[in-house]
Amino acid sequence: MATEQFHNLQDLRHTATLATKVFIQRDYRDGTVCKFQTKFPEELDNRIERALFEDTIKTLNNYYAEAEKISGQSYLEGCLACASAYIIFLCMETRYEKVLRKISMYIQEQNEKIYAPRGLLITDPVERGMRVISFVDHAGWVSEENRSSHVSFHKCL
Amino acid sequence: MHFGVSDPMQECEYSQISTRSSTPMESPHKRKTVKKKWQVFPGRNKFYCDGRIMMARQTGVFYLTLVLIVLTSGLFFLFDCPFLALTLTPAIPVIGGVLFFFVMGTLLRTSFSDPGVLPRATPEEAADLERQIDIANGTSSTGYRPPPRTKEVTINGQTVKLKYCFTCKIFRPPRASHCSLCDNCVERFDHHCPWVGNCVGKRNYRFFYMFILSLSFLTIFIFAFVITHVIMQSHKKGFLSALKDSPVVVCFFSVWSIVGLSGFHTYLIGSNQTTNEDIKGSWSSKRGKENYNPYSYGNIFTNCCAALCGPLPPSLIDRRGFVLPDMPQPVPPSNGVTMYGATQSQTHMCDQDQCIQSTKFVLQAAATPLLQSEPTAVAAESSVPGRTTLGGPCTLLPLGQPTPPTSTPNLSCEPEMLSQPAPEAHHHFLTPEEAPSPPGMLPCGSPLGQSHTMPFYNPASQDSLHEDSVRGLVKLSSV
Repeated sequence: MATEQFHNLQDLRHTATLATKVFIQRDYRDGTVCKFQTKFPEELDNRIERALFEDTIKTLNNYYAEAEKISGQSYLEGCLACASAYIIFLCMETRYEKVLRKISMYIQEQNEKIYAPRGLLITDPVERGMRVISFVDHAGWVSEENRSSHVSFHKCL
Repeated sequence: MHFGVSDPMQECEYSQISTRSSTPMESPHKRKTVKKKWQVFPGRNKFYCDGRIMMARQTGVFYLTLVLIVLTSGLFFLFDCPFLALTLTPAIPVIGGVLFFFVMGTLLRTSFSDPGVLPRATPEEAADLERQIDIANGTSSTGYRPPPRTKEVTINGQTVKLKYCFTCKIFRPPRASHCSLCDNCVERFDHHCPWVGNCVGKRNYRFFYMFILSLSFLTIFIFAFVITHVIMQSHKKGFLSALKDSPVVVCFFSVWSIVGLSGFHTYLIGSNQTTNEDIKGSWSSKRGKENYNPYSYGNIFTNCCAALCGPLPPSLIDRRGFVLPDMPQPVPPSNGVTMYGATQSQTHMCDQDQCIQSTKFVLQAAATPLLQSEPTAVAAESSVPGRTTLGGPCTLLPLGQPTPPTSTPNLSCEPEMLSQPAPEAHHHFLTPEEAPSPPGMLPCGSPLGQSHTMPFYNPASQDSLHEDSVRGLVKLSSV
């Protein structure tokens, strides 16, 4: 790692991925809903303020709760889809996907405003199978190639 | 590792490169082949249409299902509908047609969609988890694999054990389970259904339920009107003669099986359980007075709405994305047979690699005290010994036996659980007499079929280590 030369941002990011990562695991105390632990990890002690960290995680948790909420809108979506033999899912984006897009934008914004200036980077949990939020130490790399912009929902079944 | 020159081997080689962290030396290879993620997917799945369609490896029974439905419906439309449309009402073929298309639509949707596969952990995540486990256990060296790892969490006042999956290197979320046929962890795992050629999990359970429900209606519809046809004809010609002219009532036996299955799943939805949980009796009151289902919303209506009309999460495995060179790839499981390479051709491990892997399993099995799992966990898994020999939904699908759909062993093992008036031993779509034993029903399952006969300490255990060590033993014998 010490001998690598940084030819481009990809190399830099590659190096960044080799550095220590901090993973925030899921919190399953409320069941299977998507929620992340808000416990502040020790490794980030000097890197980020506790309040900012908790704020980010709580906002993300709220977004996921909104996505998974069983509300009138989700019932309507479900019933319409059923009536159309689920063909309608091929044409339209589900509410969940819309919220996931919002989350991607939020993470990107947080990276640019808060985390990148502190030498950190958050990866979108969707890229990790919703298992973890990972904080990467990136040593001043600006989030030009933020992974969240690569989260694209191919219309898959 | 040195590979042979045959194409699958070459694919093996390319895939291996893409799963390791990139080095400058490998960049010429990277530029040559930019693969899509489905091509390097570590599970045992088949992909079609450039990753849009995802199925299990063994799809023979699925085609049988298709043929049966199309054939039965086709015969009905061809022979019965003209008479009925003229004599009774033309609405009959219309309703039949709508039902048929609904059945086909939901079947294809169930079969082709991602059931909720959890992507495997990246190397960094796996290492981080290992570190945390070591800290928790107080062990520092990893000379041998430690006992199965579990994490306890309290959900709605109920203690739930989260198990560590050695193949996927993750702690499985609650209600998730590892399907050994597909070699994936699936969220809210219900069962692996060979009739639809896929696992049934969080993302496709509602499609599966609508499929069996609509199929029940369709079979009852066809059955009723074929009988009507026969009766009406018998007024003219006599019963036997009418029966001869009418196509044999193929769906007679399947009506009961499918209606029974629909009833069973309606019960499961109403109580917000999965087939897996029901088989293991996870939330059964027999386990203890304090045992209840923490996921249930309390009333049947809410449970139904949640299961059928709840939000549909998108697929987590991003099949059609490109494998980028610096993208952290999932850890190739050290204890599982990894299927690399494009899944268009039959993927298979290089013999040499398979031999090495298998030897590793056996050695690990020998070294690891397999019965060290906590007594409570073991007790939790093996609810009733007799129940589990057949019933392990994904680990011990009775592959060596003819016909049974995955749900069948579940049903036949527990006739007392069914309140439907269905003959207890024949919850098939078709009885074995009608359905020829699907030839290579699960050919790769023959090793697993062998494992079925091996003495099992705890067959129902979802412990991958256990499965993998056995798998290793069997693979060694087959290599």
